[in-house]
Amino acid sequence: MGSAHSLKCRECSARYPLDASYACVECFGPLEVCYDRVPITRDSIESGPSSMWRYEALLPVAPGAGHRPGLQPGLTPLVRADNLAAALGARAVWVKDDSGNPTHSFKDRVVAVALENARRLGFTTIACASTGNLANAVAAAAARAGLESVVFVPSNLEAGKIVTTSVYGGTLVAINGTYDDVNRLCTEVAAGRDWGFVNVNLRPYYAEGSKTVGFEIAEQLGWRLPDAVVSPVASGSLLTKVDKAFREFTELGLVQGHATRMFGAQATGCSPVAQAFRAGQDVVRPVKPDTIAKSLAIGNPADGPYALDVVRRTGGAIADVSDAEVIEGIGLLARTEGIFAETAGGVVVATYRKLLAEGLIDPAEEVVLLNTGDGLKTLDAVQPTHGPTFTISPSFDDFEDAYRQVES
Amino acid sequence: MSVNVRIPTILRTYTDGSAEVSAEGGDLREVIANLDEQFPGIAARVIDEAGQLRRFVNVYVDDDDVRFLDGLGTPTKDGASVSIIPAVAGG
Repeated sequence: MGSAHSLKCRECSARYPLDASYACVECFGPLEVCYDRVPITRDSIESGPSSMWRYEALLPVAPGAGHRPGLQPGLTPLVRADNLAAALGARAVWVKDDSGNPTHSFKDRVVAVALENARRLGFTTIACASTGNLANAVAAAAARAGLESVVFVPSNLEAGKIVTTSVYGGTLVAINGTYDDVNRLCTEVAAGRDWGFVNVNLRPYYAEGSKTVGFEIAEQLGWRLPDAVVSPVASGSLLTKVDKAFREFTELGLVQGHATRMFGAQATGCSPVAQAFRAGQDVVRPVKPDTIAKSLAIGNPADGPYALDVVRRTGGAIADVSDAEVIEGIGLLARTEGIFAETAGGVVVATYRKLLAEGLIDPAEEVVLLNTGDGLKTLDAVQPTHGPTFTISPSFDDFEDAYRQVES
Repeated sequence: MSVNVRIPTILRTYTDGSAEVSAEGGDLREVIANLDEQFPGIAARVIDEAGQLRRFVNVYVDDDDVRFLDGLGTPTKDGASVSIIPAVAGG
């Protein structure tokens, strides 16, 4: 299994073999993959595949993952966002645009690692609880790999995310409940089925896939780390894994040590981690979500305590923004950079603006904003505020009249 | 008062593999204490040294997360259903 050798409880350090388990028998703590240190250089990475598998030596997968059936995600654009920076009065802003993945979200990365482990462990069905993006990624990856899929989502998801899951085949189960209800059900279903639930019994492997976002940022910046990263927070896993990626690259000597400050972004209607941050607490009190940012609508975030640890250790913060600010954030990024982000990306842009305004990020800091998904999947959010500038008959004079009014 | 308790896989070593057991108690704290009398050691897996629910355990009484209710003081009516579920899934 490459350089991975065991699972370890993050809470009590109990050790387990690399099987399909995710919670510590002793204390229920989450399990994390442990590795042997491997020789890895910038050259060995740069000569690897043009996908996230260029970092496979740092992931819990057997060598050659890029040659096995899968979606081959990763190596998405890191866009220098000078127009956005100018609009916000900031010096240097980059957007890591993970809408460029095969199913248009960062979830293809985590599923790719989970899929490798599902195959290794002999599962013929992969499953998940999802707020939408993961649903797309699991159904598509299963199709490519020739596995069955069973995907569980809240029934009130955006229509786009239902269609873009269903189209890949597999079983799509809509639950009349919140994501947290879906997640709970999946935990119970996983206990009695011989399925690889990517974010339940395969979660220790799955979560490691998010490190590749951090690895790519460092490599694409020219083998260095940014001053700050603003990450959306749903379960809190992505934020903690990007931080872990930066620490691993630093320990391996691939980048100069640089203390990147990690910032988290939530929608006010589902902001349990931001609330805990403001209250100075290290436990997260669950909430019942009510926001248009449905991909972030996890009221009981599994990695919330770890996200809090990371932002406090790195000198960052977690803040939240209203749904109206989310929509403005989507529009701002689209108008300035030609990147159409889903609601989670709008949350990140709006939160960055707020953190600048509150002085928590300095405009001189070089910041990377994570756009984790594609705006085409959450059209419902922006449809009411975006449409034709004007609608006219096919008449030259009508056009001239109407356009003059727009110009003035 | 008798309640029905759903046991997660990782605690079934205590219950001889049973996924569901009965327990007595007027609130969650009493139910867990009664479970521990029947299956010695199980309470310490769910409750930490400070007497609180461990932070990576979710407990539901009749489908409601007890952190939205009164935590360990949440009342358990006769016939209630209690579920103990690992919290580290999802996302």
